Amino acid sequence: MVYSLKDRLYLKLYKNMYRIRSVEEEIAKRYNEGKMRCPTHLSIGQEAVPAAFSQLASQKDFAVSSHRGHAHYLSKGGNLKSMIAEIYGKKTGCSKGKGGSMHLIDLSVNFMGTSAIVGNSIPVGVGLGLSAKLKKSKQISFIFFGDGAVEEGVFYESINFATVKKLPVIFICENNLYSVYSPLSVRQPKGRSISKMVNAIGPKVLSCDGNDVIKVHKTINTAISKTRKGEGPFFLEFFTYRWLEHCGPNYDNDLGYRAQTEFNKWKRKEPINNLRKKIIKKFHKEIKNIEDEVNREIIKAFNFAEKSPFPSPADAHKGVYAK
Amino acid sequence: MPNNKKFTFTEAVNDALHIAMKKDKKMICYGLGVTDPKRVFSTTLNLKKKFGSNRVFDVPTSENALTGVSIGAALDGVRSVVTHQRLDFFLLAMDQLVNSAAKWYYMFGSQRSVPITIRLILGRGWGQGPTHSQNLQAWFNHIPGIKVVMPSFADDAKGLLLSSIFDPNPVIFLEHRWLHNTTAINKRHDYRIKIGKAKICKTGKHITILSMSYLTLEALKAAKYLYEKHKISAEVIDLRTIKPLDWQTIFRSIKKTKRLLVLDTGFTTGSVASEIIAKISIEKFNTLKSAPIRLAMPDVPEPTSPALTKNFYTRADDIVISVLKSLRINDKHVKLDFKQSGPADVPDPSFKGPF
Repeated sequence: MVYSLKDRLYLKLYKNMYRIRSVEEEIAKRYNEGKMRCPTHLSIGQEAVPAAFSQLASQKDFAVSSHRGHAHYLSKGGNLKSMIAEIYGKKTGCSKGKGGSMHLIDLSVNFMGTSAIVGNSIPVGVGLGLSAKLKKSKQISFIFFGDGAVEEGVFYESINFATVKKLPVIFICENNLYSVYSPLSVRQPKGRSISKMVNAIGPKVLSCDGNDVIKVHKTINTAISKTRKGEGPFFLEFFTYRWLEHCGPNYDNDLGYRAQTEFNKWKRKEPINNLRKKIIKKFHKEIKNIEDEVNREIIKAFNFAEKSPFPSPADAHKGVYAK
Repeated sequence: MPNNKKFTFTEAVNDALHIAMKKDKKMICYGLGVTDPKRVFSTTLNLKKKFGSNRVFDVPTSENALTGVSIGAALDGVRSVVTHQRLDFFLLAMDQLVNSAAKWYYMFGSQRSVPITIRLILGRGWGQGPTHSQNLQAWFNHIPGIKVVMPSFADDAKGLLLSSIFDPNPVIFLEHRWLHNTTAINKRHDYRIKIGKAKICKTGKHITILSMSYLTLEALKAAKYLYEKHKISAEVIDLRTIKPLDWQTIFRSIKKTKRLLVLDTGFTTGSVASEIIAKISIEKFNTLKSAPIRLAMPDVPEPTSPALTKNFYTRADDIVISVLKSLRINDKHVKLDFKQSGPADVPDPSFKGPF
């Protein structure tokens, strides 16, 4: 079968989304076994942005993310086995068991780290952008965060500095409407558009439906090509929705902090099935192969994590200072 | 900078920055006022002229983000020296210092460290008041993952700043404003002083005086008086580095003198002095012949008026009185002997602020 460029892209986007979703679902499924003993923030429902990003960023580009960072780590090419092992607290984990789910890193693909403190990795990403500019390396620094981080002072400080210095930085805000369980209505004035507000600071701003992977792909693509030409920084806002609880493996609509109608509306905008429906007739076999391959990879990663040794208790006291 | 000539503390800092930027072609230097007409009390003089505005630049008033920026740059191999004209402003950056800079190396499994140097200037007198005078070395001392350097002399400042810049870890470099005009001999071009090594400024056998930053000058004055008037020989140790502390030198000294006075430029409660005394009480309980003494700032915010700060700071006479008291020696003339001719809120009469 001959695949067009568009076909290839669709299949890749599908695979990226399916892979991210399946990893998160496997974590959720096994979480109550009590072997993954760290706060774990899943991003089920929010796969379109990282999946599109994955097709567009180069391996040399930098990326940093937040507490909800599994998808960004994976989409930058971060090693799956090392991530699962890290969540299991194993020596083979990407941070050797010192960081857990909220502190992921894979320097081999310039995924530079994630932070548990809201907004904390934003200026670090800007510093990576400054370095890229000083070295004229043509790298872009991508910074992932949510709508809550936009309420932190450091966000304004960082985007202001990046704009003053015209840095090759792309700020990616996944607006999922909630910070923990607090809705936007208690956090920001009614009717505010984050994009419009940020636009006044001076970076280039784009936004779109964050659950439509094709639109997201187009938006990130535009931002990247302009930033590579020195027209950065960019601020991108993608509207999306977190299906599960803030932290942990469960659905939490029973808590009553969000309306079931709102949840249902976003579930209809589910990114993966919407793309699947579009391509299943033509690529029935390919999709089956993708799913089988991903499922096998995930089982292998969990087996690797389960079988890996724990670090020794003495390791807790090592590695505070570099020599 | 010509060698073997006297230079001031500010010139020493400037000299170290020039040497480091020449040596490491990627290194950057920034902070509010770094390229302004005053050049941070002249410490950043000629840097922009020599190394260009890409590497030496003024910045927005955004302490927290700009600390994070230095971390990001460091992760890509670009060292930074970030300057703040008072420590108090840097409190806005505690998140980036504590949650990122101090943790990065450890929490990501020792893969990449954060070589940044943060210069913080400590105010005193001339009405600096509650929020321009805080000496919070104890805060930084509390956090694993950072180093804290606090020189007292110009030549040490140069050697320690160079070591700080080329250290692979985040270093807080504390410069006391009252030391900026002090001088020392500039011995060599590029020299390093090991972080974590104290300096015995004066050997002695009757009491150990541990000191830091500006208070070392007062301690030396006190030691001179104690010897000349009472034949008491005090060993004065300038800690130079707060974190890590040179325990070996401290322990060796108290083993000899069996008495201890610790000076601290910060608030008393939870001070570095308290930590030193705690550790000695735990580990060297039988070494001391008398209770250790702690002289630090009172646990109140520093007031502004010169009238209110008149007896506020620890001076040489306070040190002498404390030492004599612990040795049960009575001398009613100490205050009179040290009676200052000029005002108490400046290091010397030439100091005219404004900050």
